[in-house]
Amino acid sequence: MIPAKFEYKRASSVSEAISMLGEHGMDAKLVSGGHSLVPAMKLRMSRPEVLIDIKRIPGLDIITEEGNEIVIGANCTHTQVMRSELVQKDVNIVYQAVSRIGDIQIRNRGTIGGSLAHADPSSDYPAVVLACDAKIEVEGGNGKRSIDAKDFFLGIFTTALEEDEIITAVRFPKVANGTYFKFYQSASRFAVVGVAAVKEGDHVKVGVTGVAGTPYRATAVENAYSGNGDAAEHAVDGIDDIMSDHFADEEYRAHLAKVMVRKALEAVN
Amino acid sequence: METFIGQPVKRREDDRFLKGAGKYTDDIKLPGMTHSAFVRSPYAHARILSIDTSKAKTAEGVVAIYTAEDGCGAFGVPCGWQVDFKNGETMREPQHPLLAKDKIRHVGEAVAIVIAETQELARDAAELVQVSYEGLPAVTCPKKAMEPGAPKVHDEWEDNASFDWCIGNDRAAVEAALEKAHHVTEMTYKNHRVAPNAIEPRSYIADYDVNGDKWTLYTSTQNPHLIRLLLCAFALGIPEHKVRVVSYDVGGGFGSKIYHYTEEALLTWASKEIGRPVKWTSDRTEAFLTDAHGRDHIVHSKMGFDKDGKIVAHLTDEYCAMGAYLSTFAPAVPTYLHGTLFQGVYTTPLIHLNVVAPFTHTVAVDAYRGAGRPEATYLLERIMSKAAKEMAIDPAELRFKNFIPPFDGVKEPGYQTQVALQYDSGNYEAVLKRGLEMLGYEDFRMDQAEARKNGKLLGVGISTYIEGCGIAPSAVVGALGARAGLYEVGHVRVQPTGKVSVFTGAHSHGQGHETVFAQFVADKLGISMDDVDIVHGDTDQVAFGMGTYGSRSLSVGGSAIIKSIDKILEKGAKIAAHKLEAAEEDLEYAEGKWKVKGTDKSISFGDVSLTAYVPHDYPEGLEPGLDFSSFYDPTNFTYPFGTHIAVVEVCADTGKVTLQRFVACDDVGNVMNPMIVDGQIHGGVVQGVGQALLEEVVFDGEGQMATGSYMDYAMPRADDVPMIETDRTTTPCPHNPLGVKGAGEAGAIGSTPAVVNAVVDALSHLGVTDIQMPVTPQRVWKAMQSKK
Repeated sequence: MIPAKFEYKRASSVSEAISMLGEHGMDAKLVSGGHSLVPAMKLRMSRPEVLIDIKRIPGLDIITEEGNEIVIGANCTHTQVMRSELVQKDVNIVYQAVSRIGDIQIRNRGTIGGSLAHADPSSDYPAVVLACDAKIEVEGGNGKRSIDAKDFFLGIFTTALEEDEIITAVRFPKVANGTYFKFYQSASRFAVVGVAAVKEGDHVKVGVTGVAGTPYRATAVENAYSGNGDAAEHAVDGIDDIMSDHFADEEYRAHLAKVMVRKALEAVN
Repeated sequence: METFIGQPVKRREDDRFLKGAGKYTDDIKLPGMTHSAFVRSPYAHARILSIDTSKAKTAEGVVAIYTAEDGCGAFGVPCGWQVDFKNGETMREPQHPLLAKDKIRHVGEAVAIVIAETQELARDAAELVQVSYEGLPAVTCPKKAMEPGAPKVHDEWEDNASFDWCIGNDRAAVEAALEKAHHVTEMTYKNHRVAPNAIEPRSYIADYDVNGDKWTLYTSTQNPHLIRLLLCAFALGIPEHKVRVVSYDVGGGFGSKIYHYTEEALLTWASKEIGRPVKWTSDRTEAFLTDAHGRDHIVHSKMGFDKDGKIVAHLTDEYCAMGAYLSTFAPAVPTYLHGTLFQGVYTTPLIHLNVVAPFTHTVAVDAYRGAGRPEATYLLERIMSKAAKEMAIDPAELRFKNFIPPFDGVKEPGYQTQVALQYDSGNYEAVLKRGLEMLGYEDFRMDQAEARKNGKLLGVGISTYIEGCGIAPSAVVGALGARAGLYEVGHVRVQPTGKVSVFTGAHSHGQGHETVFAQFVADKLGISMDDVDIVHGDTDQVAFGMGTYGSRSLSVGGSAIIKSIDKILEKGAKIAAHKLEAAEEDLEYAEGKWKVKGTDKSISFGDVSLTAYVPHDYPEGLEPGLDFSSFYDPTNFTYPFGTHIAVVEVCADTGKVTLQRFVACDDVGNVMNPMIVDGQIHGGVVQGVGQALLEEVVFDGEGQMATGSYMDYAMPRADDVPMIETDRTTTPCPHNPLGVKGAGEAGAIGSTPAVVNAVVDALSHLGVTDIQMPVTPQRVWKAMQSKK
């Protein structure tokens, strides 16, 4: 459990981190909480030559209200998000999801930016940002941009981030009626299935994590939704890469997706 | 005067443990110490084509690199138990080399050791060792290992069997009784493989000292003397009197730290080669890959009943994995620690068990908390509950019908089983009655019926276990193939000031010996617990010992200490009589004083102790000193028993099982410290629940472990278990001085079938009759689906 050799650098600003990324390219990895990266490095499955610590960049760890949005800085730990009154009041769905991530130690270290950038297909945040239509704010060599959640996740551990881009914040529209349901894997306590549902008027938006290699919006469910849980039958329509492991094969995972979507739909009713 | 036996005295050792001040092997740093890392096979079965260490040898900080070519430990690590074939053929016992030569037989098998100045540099250099393998097909399932054409683990024999063994009555007689039985219940299942997961990974430091040509091995083991014996007499062939084995604090073992592992021997060898101390501490991945696992039986069983529900015969065939090599006690686990418990708590008149034990391309399987008895209990208690359902008899009622009647082993003789053993004392009805009462069994059945009407799936599972521990009478185990005696040593040294040092061959790796042993020593001598120190885990301090496993420490190790205390009191009485100018027979010993009966003349334990070491006014012909060592070899095993009852709720949508209640009524004989016994039961129950619901080692088709980390191997957590409700009955052991039976494994033995019985009960009205462990949500859901 000893990582391969690496060089450690600490960035004191976003622009410095970006220039470090520009300098080292593929050889570098950003680290904040390190709760996904460091275990992989200890197993020597990940062996970056340079580790750029962005944890202490000022201004990335605040949560603010901006009009009809709640903006969560990328360096906010899960505990910080969980304890934020703004989050609890205006995007309670985020609170629900974050409070079920890992355990206390993990929540004290892991960050929202790190979790999204890592894009573990079984992590909790993706379902929520998808269902909320959140925007992922990033900054890189070519300046700032904002990526819609639905365009952010490209595959297992793969995102729309460019090599020199850093997540700086996540912008959530306020959610009046949203819920998160999770069926956890008994060893890792990641999601076997995680379902976030947000209801707006007669419509519902459903984000699903844990089921496919890429977290997705269950559009078939959204289209079939008629005010009750029946649309859950469409939870995996069109999904052709349902994951399988010894905890949940494809058949059971698809079933669980339907069960969790149904619970979520019934809860936002 | 304060007495300690039976009191919930807080554990003295917890002060240092809770403050992080424990002394574990990895905490030890010796001057000039080097560090090591192993190059391990990624293949389960392969031929080693070449090993190139040239690049690694030039890496920064490398001290030495060794492979099998370097002649380390030509003998390999030995197996300590011989179980021969039923046809008389000798057990097939492969050499277990310290480093793999030519052939790889499981993932994680060590190919080379890299020794460097730091742990980091050792790891880095290990990556530079280039090994070329030719991958070969592997077999990990013990049943498939016996199929024709299965990949062979060891080429020298015609098939993979290490032995094919049986116990009990004549097979034909058992089969005939089953033919005639009114009802036969049949089960086929896997008692799956689990990983031991001690919180402290294995850690060793070998330190060769050229002055005096001596070795010290610091090791996280459950039995330092046994390791010394196996290391010296077998693995390395070095003189035992030149070797000191030290095992200070050890963070859990559960069996996995009994065995003599290749790394211990290799480090000891290497330390002399390099002339410096060398350390290795396993990481968690290595622990999954190389610590001996538990269970892994494939079982086919039939139990026959008469029309009144009385058992008439029981026949079982098992395939039990040994792994790639025979670990220290491996052959004993599915045989003499397993088949001998097939009587259970029932009067079954005819029993036959056949065990085929094949080699597999996996790490070894050996004793894991309970060792063979949990597997026996799981079988008996699952099949009893299944039979009850099939015969429409309440599962508690079926057990009451079949219990061996109460016997105390004093007025009534012990109970002779059909499978070699004689139980010491037991009252099986009493624990089940108490367990049912604690649960409120009848009320529960009404709640369950009501819940079912509302679509809620509630179930209750009963398990009435017996186990054999306090191992063991040496002559008996010798006749059964053990290559060691299983006595224990207790040495009591009274210091001139009356303070008492107790040296025990038992070893504490979480059990609390420093507290419990001091409790009874203080009581027997009538002194304060503060005046008693318990020393263990150092072969230079403790004369000899067989260590701690099989719930033996108090019943065997404690008895040895009692023997020495008796000798001290006997000699002390001679000194006291001399000083008091009285006859020995006129003295009585109480509250730390010898007193002349009927007078107020007395002399204290402290004064007698001082006199023994300052023998100016002293009985003629008596040796000075108060220092006695005793060996205690038990006359029988001990047989704790109990009832465990689980209540579960199953989620109809997801199949997830929630353990709602757990009731444990155990009888472990006399109890020295009820708090520690409760703690042992709690821990054991959670471990058994872990096997029932969560834990499983999974191999893929190539023999790769799919569950080699806590991301994929599910350990029970606090929120997986409810508060455990405990109570006890007390049936003293009739054959040891403290009347104790042992409590270390009971929890893990009784709990597993209780939980699975509860899950099956919750689903029984749907037609589900069995579910493979661990009872994961997926398995439960699929079982429900299959009945739709």
